[in-house]
Amino acid sequence: MAIKFKGVDYIEFDAMLNDDERLVRDTARKFIEDNLIPIIEECNRAGRFPRELVKPMAEMGFFGASLKGYGCAGMSNVEYGLVTQELERGDSGVRSFVSVQSALVMYPIYAFGSEEQKQTWLPAMQQGEKLGCFGLTEPDFGSNPGGMRTRARKVGNEYVLNGEKMWITSGSIADIAVIWAKVENEDNKVRGFLVETDRKGFKAEDIHGKWSLRASVTSGLSLQDVHVPESNLLPGSNGLKSPLMCLNQARYGISWGAIGAAMSCYDCALQYSLLRKQFRDQPIASHQMVQEKLAWMITEITKAQLLCLQVGKLKDQGKAEHYHISMAKRNNVWMALECARLSRDILGANGVADDYPIMRHMMNLESVKTYEGTQDIHTLIIGSRITGIDAF
Amino acid sequence: MKILVCMKQVPQKDAPLKLNETATWIREDVSYEVNEPDAYALEEALRQKEKHGGEVVVITSGPARAQQVLREALAKGADRAIHLEDNAFVGLDAFNTARAFAAAIKDEQFDLIFTGLQSDDYGYAQVGVILAELLGWPHATIIMQIEKTDAGIKVKRELEAGFFQFVDMPLPAVLTIQSGINKLRYATLIGIKNAKNKPLRKVALADVQSAIGNNLQMIEKLYIPQKTKNTEFIEGPPAEVAKKLVEKLRNELRVL
Ligand SMILES: Cc1cc2nc3c(=O)[nH]c(=O)nc-3n(C[C@H](O)[C@H](O)[C@H](O)COP(=O)(O)OP(=O)(O)OC[C@H]3O[C@@H](n4cnc5c(N)ncnc54)[C@H](O)[C@@H]3O)c2cc1C
Repeated sequence: MAIKFKGVDYIEFDAMLNDDERLVRDTARKFIEDNLIPIIEECNRAGRFPRELVKPMAEMGFFGASLKGYGCAGMSNVEYGLVTQELERGDSGVRSFVSVQSALVMYPIYAFGSEEQKQTWLPAMQQGEKLGCFGLTEPDFGSNPGGMRTRARKVGNEYVLNGEKMWITSGSIADIAVIWAKVENEDNKVRGFLVETDRKGFKAEDIHGKWSLRASVTSGLSLQDVHVPESNLLPGSNGLKSPLMCLNQARYGISWGAIGAAMSCYDCALQYSLLRKQFRDQPIASHQMVQEKLAWMITEITKAQLLCLQVGKLKDQGKAEHYHISMAKRNNVWMALECARLSRDILGANGVADDYPIMRHMMNLESVKTYEGTQDIHTLIIGSRITGIDAF
Repeated sequence: MKILVCMKQVPQKDAPLKLNETATWIREDVSYEVNEPDAYALEEALRQKEKHGGEVVVITSGPARAQQVLREALAKGADRAIHLEDNAFVGLDAFNTARAFAAAIKDEQFDLIFTGLQSDDYGYAQVGVILAELLGWPHATIIMQIEKTDAGIKVKRELEAGFFQFVDMPLPAVLTIQSGINKLRYATLIGIKNAKNKPLRKVALADVQSAIGNNLQMIEKLYIPQKTKNTEFIEGPPAEVAKKLVEKLRNELRVL
C-alpha cells in the first residue's frame, strides 16, 4: 500500500513564505514526487545512485542554486533550503549528492576560485556535465580535520599531492575533486586544490557494505604523487577556516533537509495510523499513545521549521554565524531521527519494510547525524559559543 | 503568434474542503493551485511559441492570492501577465468573467486565445466560448492538437466514444484545451528568478466595471452530501425481478 505524501504544515508556516518561496518548494516537491519517489526504493535496495536524474535536476536548476551568475539560479537562502527539504523528503542520499555538488564543490570554486576556475567549472557543474566531490575527511581524521596528513608540495610551477581521503561522497563518479591538503612550503597551511580525477596517481574506490545513503556513492580517495599545475590551487583558500566555510553552507542545507526526511516519516505514520485498525475495529490513531507520538513529531517538525527559517533569514542578511547553523543542524537531524524511530514504531512490522520510506530515512539519517560535524561536535560548538570555553 | 492564455486559481485537488460560515462557498484557508486544464493550455501556448515565435500572455481574475498562478506561468516561460485583481471575481458568473477579460484586453491583438476546457471548481466550460462570442471570433472546444496552416490552424477535437474531429479554422480564434494534450514542464529555479522581472499588469475592478453587469449567479446553499441507506426488496418471478432491477439500475441509479 503506497502512501502519497500530503505535505506538513501545522501553524500556517506557508503564510510566512512569499509566493516565490512557495513556488520553489512546490516545484521541487513535484519534481521529486514525479521522478525520484517511483525509483528510490529500487535504488536503495540495489545500492544504486540514480545517475539518470543528474541531467533533469540540472535543468531544474538544483546545482549551485544559491550562487549568482555562471548559469546559477541565485536563490535566496530560504528558497535554497526549501529545495533541500524537498530533495531529502525524497532521499538523504540524493540530497547529499546535490549538497556536495553545490555547497562543497561549486561553492568553494565560487568563493575561493580564480575567475578562470569559475568559468571552467561552474557552468559545466550547474548543467550537470561535470560532477564534483569534496575530500576533507581522512581515515584517521574525521571530527578533527586539522590533523590531516594529506600534503601538497610546490615543485616548479606545479603542486604534488600525496595522501588518503575517506568517506568521500560522489568520489568515484566525480570529474573534479576539491582536495584539502597541508602545503609544506607554506608552513603546513591547509589549502584547497582542484584535482581532475583522471590525473595520474589519483584513485577512487567505492566503500561497499554501507547500510545508509545507499542511493549515494561514497568512496575512498588515494593520491600518490598527483601533479597539478599551480593554477589548480584555489587562490582564495587560506587555512582550515576555508573548508569549514564550505561545511557551513552544506550544514545549513542539511538542517532543512532533515525536516524533509522527518515530514516524510511523520506524514506516512499519520496516514497509516488513520487506516490501520486494531482493537474494537478502531484506527490506531484513536489510541492515546499513538497520538502522543504524532503530537511530539508535528511539534518538533514545526519548531525545526521555525529554527531554519530564522537561520535562513540571518544568512540572507549575512548574519548567520557557524554556531547558529550548528544549532539548526544538531537539533533538526536529531529530531528527524527521532521522528523516523517513532514513525517506524507506529507502522509496526510494516515499518521495517521498504514498501514505506521510514526505515530508509532512519538508516540514512544515521549518516546525516555523523557527517558535516557529528551531533556531539555541534554540541561542543554551541557549548563553546555560550561559555567561551572550547571543550573539543 | 501572439497567444493569450486564461488561467484560473482553484482549490488544490486533494485539499480537504470546509464550508464557510454562511455555507455558500468553501473557506478560504485551503491550498490553491493552477486549474489543471489551464496548465495544459499554457504548455500548449509555450510550445506553439517555441515552434512559431511570438508572445505568450497570461490572464487571470481573482483576489491577490491568484497572482501565484501568473507567477508560475511567468516562471514556466510566459512573457507577461494581466491580473484582474478583486475579491468580486470569486464566484463571478462565466458571462461577466468573459466580459471582464474582453474589456481588459481590448487594446491587444491576439492571434489565439486559449482557455482550459473547464475549471475544476465550478466546471462550467463557458468562459472561453462566451469570450469568443463577445469578440466575434470562431472557437473550438476540447482541443487535442493544434497545427498551424497557411490559412490559419487545423485542430483536433475530442468527441465522445473515442471519436475525433478535425477542423480548419481561420485566425484569430479561441480554443479550449483538453487536459493531457501535452507533457507539462516544470517551472525551473532559474525561470522563477527570471519571472520577477517580467511585466505584470494589474487591472482593477473599476477599470472593467462599465463592461460588466451584476453577478448572474448566486450560490444559496452548499452542503456535504448526506449518506443515506435504503433497502428495497423486489418481489415476483425471477424474469420480472431481473427486468425491474435493470430498469432501476438504469433509470434511478444510472449505473448502467
Ligand atoms: C555516508 C557518508 C558520507 C560522507 N561524505 C563525506 C564527504 O563527502 N567529504 C568528507 O570530507 N567527509 C565525508 N564524510 C565523513 C564525515 O564528515 C565524518 O565521518 C565525520 O566528520 C566524523 O568523523 P569520523 O567518522 O572520523 O568520526 P570520529 O571523528 O572518529 O568520531 C567518532 C565519535 O567520537 C566523537 N568525538 C570525536 N571527537 C570528540 C570530542 N572532541 N569530544 C566529544 N566527542 C568526540 C564523535 O562525536 C563521534 O561520536 C562522510 C561520512 C559518511 C558516513
